[in-house]
Amino acid sequence: MSERVPAIEVDALAKSYGRLKAVDGVSFSVGVGEIFGMVGPNGAGKTTTIECLEGMRFPDGGAVRVLGLDPRKDGNALRERIGVQLQQSALPDDMKVWEALDLFASYYRRPADWKPLLERLEITDKRNTRFSKLSGGQKQRLFIALALVNDPELVFLDELTTGLDPHARRSMWDLVRAIRERGKTVFLTTHYMEEAEHLCDRVLVIDHGRIVALDTPASLVRGLKGELRILFTAEPGFDAAPLRALPGVARVEKNGNKVIVAGQGDRLIVVVVNALDAAGVRFRDLRTEQPDLEDVFLALTAESGLDGGAR
Amino acid sequence: MKGFWKLAWVEIKIYLRQPEAAFFTLVFPMLLLFLFGSIYGNKPNPFFGGRGMVDVSTPAYLAMIIGSTGLLSIAISVSSYREKGVLRRYRATPLRPAAVLASEVVVHYLMTLLGGILLVAAARLVYGLRFEGRIVPVFLGFTLSSLSFFAVGFLLASVARTARSAYILGMVLYFPNLFLSGATIPKQTFPQALRAAGKFIPLTHVVNLLQGLWIGDPLGKHVLELAVLAGLLVVGVAVSAKAFRWE
Ligand SMILES: Nc1ncnc2c1ncn2[C@@H]1O[C@H](COP(=O)(O)OP(=O)(O)O)[C@@H](O)[C@H]1O
Ligand SMILES: [Mg+2]
Repeated sequence: MSERVPAIEVDALAKSYGRLKAVDGVSFSVGVGEIFGMVGPNGAGKTTTIECLEGMRFPDGGAVRVLGLDPRKDGNALRERIGVQLQQSALPDDMKVWEALDLFASYYRRPADWKPLLERLEITDKRNTRFSKLSGGQKQRLFIALALVNDPELVFLDELTTGLDPHARRSMWDLVRAIRERGKTVFLTTHYMEEAEHLCDRVLVIDHGRIVALDTPASLVRGLKGELRILFTAEPGFDAAPLRALPGVARVEKNGNKVIVAGQGDRLIVVVVNALDAAGVRFRDLRTEQPDLEDVFLALTAESGLDGGAR
Repeated sequence: MKGFWKLAWVEIKIYLRQPEAAFFTLVFPMLLLFLFGSIYGNKPNPFFGGRGMVDVSTPAYLAMIIGSTGLLSIAISVSSYREKGVLRRYRATPLRPAAVLASEVVVHYLMTLLGGILLVAAARLVYGLRFEGRIVPVFLGFTLSSLSFFAVGFLLASVARTARSAYILGMVLYFPNLFLSGATIPKQTFPQALRAAGKFIPLTHVVNLLQGLWIGDPLGKHVLELAVLAGLLVVGVAVSAKAFRWE
């Protein structure tokens, strides 16, 4: 029955700082069990949105329900049931890892056992280490552990992999998937498209406080009407001009020996390779590139924004 | 409530892990005691109304401990918790915000008390410190003085934008309080003008109150000091309540 009630419902959320409209009329809803991602450049309004949902900031306009509660009025009831990883926060320098978990567990009515969390986050060997002595990645993992210490129904993760190395980032992704596998809902923000593409069931693209797109990663990519790129290395003196005339080819770029043929259609690669072969051109390192969410994102934010992001 | 006591306990451990904080509260007063004690001893001296140097200094050093936990420890720890985002992280849990501030008060009070007890015990064991007062009034005076200075510490943390400016403000207030109040150097040695100036230094009133109660004055004999300290408490709490920010 709870399946039918969305975990999060947001209607025309608005929040300004002085004259700056950080979030400007955003509406969406998140289903139970979903991994929902919010992507956008720095300053797009992600943190403002997520913190309005967590009850850490209060909106100027619009309606927000999280687990059926109003974060403003029912803040305490809500905080019992959600887990929060903030983009910016800290613990006292001299607090030890185990003390932090033990302490935060004591704040909740029904805490989870925090010892297995240490293991799941691979910080068991750091349990007696002080916060100030942890690396960036270890701090991040500790904050995720703290976000899970009350066995929450809904977990908010704001920029969970910023500053992590690629390996740590991937193990974070596994962890998020594992959280969802336990039936929880995950709401995360990121400015890495790759992360949203690999992790999220649905992605909301936000820029300048407004929704630019909201869909599954696959549909968003499809929506770009997939431009395909073929890249290869040709011999010196190769004349790329004839390729332009081929059906489906939109653009040919030549940079030294490196050639990029961009175009559309399922047969593009066959056409190009046949043409090269027929002309007796020798080529190597041929590969193709599909557009990914990064391309979608660049296309969308270029349309929506004055400058595509940096404010 | 469980969360509150656990937080207080963890904060005590953290306090004792920070060498600077623990030094000023627990070690420095004893160093002063041994320094001046070894020079002057604790022989009765007409200059101190027939009491010894240690008898007069010990309650003054108690005032010094109160001044340093209030003006330095509280102001610095609260403002740096805010600046780093520790307070924010607590705010994202069901722990009541007031519990965080209350735990700061409890922890600093217990540390001030611990520093005081260590000091008195050392003075007693090494120099045969004399006590002519009653425990309860001394305890009450000590507690009121602590709370008043803690309120000032919260006030500093509230008005300062950064931990650094809270630190500077704390230092700027602490040193005149330390030297002009008679908390370190006996007032009896001050020239007249300096003694007059001391009246405007809040810690002077703590020194006067505790020294008086130490030799058996009734609380009623120190209405001025009690009023000044109560006023400080009210102003500190009122301004902090209005100006305090969580981030
Ligand atoms: N507390 C604040 N006071 C003033 N401006 C803010 C505050 N928080 C965010 N902003 C501004 O609002 C905009 C959105 O910020 P934010 O929500 O943090 O974006 P994101 O998380 O997507 O990077 C930015 O221009 C930022 O500078
Ligand atoms: Mg952000």
